[in-house]
Amino acid sequence: MNEFVLFGVLPYVVMVVFFIVTIQRYRLKAFSYSSLSSQFLENQHHFWGSVPFHYGILVVLFGHVLGFLAPKTILSWNAEPARLMLLEVTGIAFAVLTLVGLANIMIRRCTSALTRRVTTRGDWIVYALLLVQVLTGIGVAVFHGWGSSWFATNLTPWLWSLVKLSPDVSFVAPLPFMVKAHIVNAFLLIGFFPFTRLVHILVVPNPYLWRRTQVVIWNWDRTKIHNHD
Amino acid sequence: MDVRSQISLVFHLDKCIGCHTCSVACKNVWTDREGTDYMWWNNVETKPGTGYPTKWEDQEAYKGGWKTDGKDLELRSTSKRKIVPNIFHNPSQPSLDDYYEPWTYDYSELFNAPEGDDQPVARPISMITGEPLEIEAGPNWDDDLGGSEVYAANDTNLDVLSEEQQQQMKAIERMVMFYLPRICNHCLNPACVASCPSGAMYKRGEDGIVLINQDRCRAWRSCISACPYKKTYYNWSTGKSEKCILCFPRLEAGEAPACFHSCVGRIRYLGNVLYDADLIKEAALCPDDELVEAQRRTILDPNDPTVVEAATRCGIPEAVIDSARKSPAYRFAKEWKLGLPLHVEYRTFPMLFYVPPLLPVMSISEGDLVRSDVDELFAEIEKARAPIGYLGKLFAGGNEGKVRYALRKQLAVRVWRRHVTVGDVGLEAATQALIEADCSPEEADEIYKLTALSTWEDRFVIPPFQREMAMEMITDPHEHRSAAGFGFRDAPRRS
Repeated sequence: MNEFVLFGVLPYVVMVVFFIVTIQRYRLKAFSYSSLSSQFLENQHHFWGSVPFHYGILVVLFGHVLGFLAPKTILSWNAEPARLMLLEVTGIAFAVLTLVGLANIMIRRCTSALTRRVTTRGDWIVYALLLVQVLTGIGVAVFHGWGSSWFATNLTPWLWSLVKLSPDVSFVAPLPFMVKAHIVNAFLLIGFFPFTRLVHILVVPNPYLWRRTQVVIWNWDRTKIHNHD
Repeated sequence: MDVRSQISLVFHLDKCIGCHTCSVACKNVWTDREGTDYMWWNNVETKPGTGYPTKWEDQEAYKGGWKTDGKDLELRSTSKRKIVPNIFHNPSQPSLDDYYEPWTYDYSELFNAPEGDDQPVARPISMITGEPLEIEAGPNWDDDLGGSEVYAANDTNLDVLSEEQQQQMKAIERMVMFYLPRICNHCLNPACVASCPSGAMYKRGEDGIVLINQDRCRAWRSCISACPYKKTYYNWSTGKSEKCILCFPRLEAGEAPACFHSCVGRIRYLGNVLYDADLIKEAALCPDDELVEAQRRTILDPNDPTVVEAATRCGIPEAVIDSARKSPAYRFAKEWKLGLPLHVEYRTFPMLFYVPPLLPVMSISEGDLVRSDVDELFAEIEKARAPIGYLGKLFAGGNEGKVRYALRKQLAVRVWRRHVTVGDVGLEAATQALIEADCSPEEADEIYKLTALSTWEDRFVIPPFQREMAMEMITDPHEHRSAAGFGFRDAPRRS
């Protein structure tokens, strides 16, 4: 029963909160959508926190998404032990990079009086959740190896059962505690996501790469008046 | 021809007395909030000097503005190519140290100090952390220190001068300084707008004012390094960038911006000009020393019937075209060629033009005596204390001819007016001076009038904004009011 609450109910509660709050926050409080950068107040230590953290977590997240979307590809890649080893080591390396970055971010937030000034309770909740997430992730990778394979065989079907609205927790139930902690904490993170600065992930500026160089906003309809030849 | 209207500005540096009234007026109106405390949308710098933020002109460090290979333009900082690897940490972003840590004083100590032998002191405390602070820098920290080894010597514009010239500028009897008031230039080719990853920055189509949509700014900080003038500032409290808005609420009500209105020396002029947006790219690809002329070419003559016809076709109202005809900015920058853009080599085409200062050597002190150094009434411009090369680097992309032209014409106007009003300069000499300066007597009188006698109406020709009509062209105002009138806005704060 407990398992069902954690792995069959919690994900839905979290996703409902996630969608409703992020959308409403964007509609009603667009001003609060910001990465809230503090590089301006502290410029040196910032590099050693922000850069490794972001690159690390991007690669790790990409691995998780790949396992979710293309489990067969992962399994066939892992069929060769050398390639499995390569994937595992890469994963751990980037997880450690994330940890180093996160540690630097947290130290920086504590040591500099200027950055302390702009660090809120919400920030610390995010840091704590992220720290648990990264530590359990590394723990799983070290103590319960070959995760890339059993993610594809156990967690991917469970996640798809959630997507299909018929949660099947039997895939998750036999997994070790650390894996379960990693999963539950991940959903907590998603649940807190819309209330924190993490929303900046949703407004990553990809249109910049395609938009016109200059932006001009007219207060009249230029296409109607302006027969530009 | 893509004709657009742009609010353009002129600062007459010969008239600036460096009183900072403009800065204070702006501060009181716009940047007295938490997070904006260190921002000076309007500031007045002493030149030679390092300015604000410190050494903002050093684009090797800050990577502001555009660079070109003659075929294409690219942002020096976070161009499209470079945004991806630099978004997590902007390598060319100035930090608080490059500005200063804003402070106030703990005045309670003045009242609460126990009785003693010492005068109680109000200690400086940081406006960010609230902790006691050693003040190491502040706005205008190098005010009036034109010859200082610490500040003026680090002016990046001095590079163009020979060692000898630099030493001369520092020599006490030749010490040179002038004031350089700066606001956002509301450029034609703004690097800040082009760099904004979120697309939060934009130029207003009808008047070219550059603004930041506070709801769309996500604190990627690209604009701060991209703006070569460092006129976008990061609000450390709200996590949004902010900048000079040219007091558009005042402009729309027909009033001059706060810094313009309060200017004691009446050095500031404002009016709209018509320009051809199609010419900007081509102009920006010119070599440095041709940029002043290239920018002037983009500005169109509002009396030319073909321009008027094209402007009307582009939707510019008749009243706005008419306003451009009376614009003091058009006269200074285009007609008289007295107004020059600051650091045009950044290729953003700033629409704030400076009339360069004459700074003549009038006298020399010898022991206790002060004797006039000039045989004639007005010294030759070549004798001016600020080397033309220095002014050329500042105002003409290194093209000294443009500065020389503007200075010579200003001098000729003085000679001519001396002839008219005092009479100790002969008609022949005065006419000769005008001819050499490419100036007619009528033009000289006009320059004199707009420089010395101008009224509020002469200095500020504010075009009618007609926003109420503009709104009706997009939506039904009644519908718009019910849809967007009230609600949903809350005070900026960190969540």
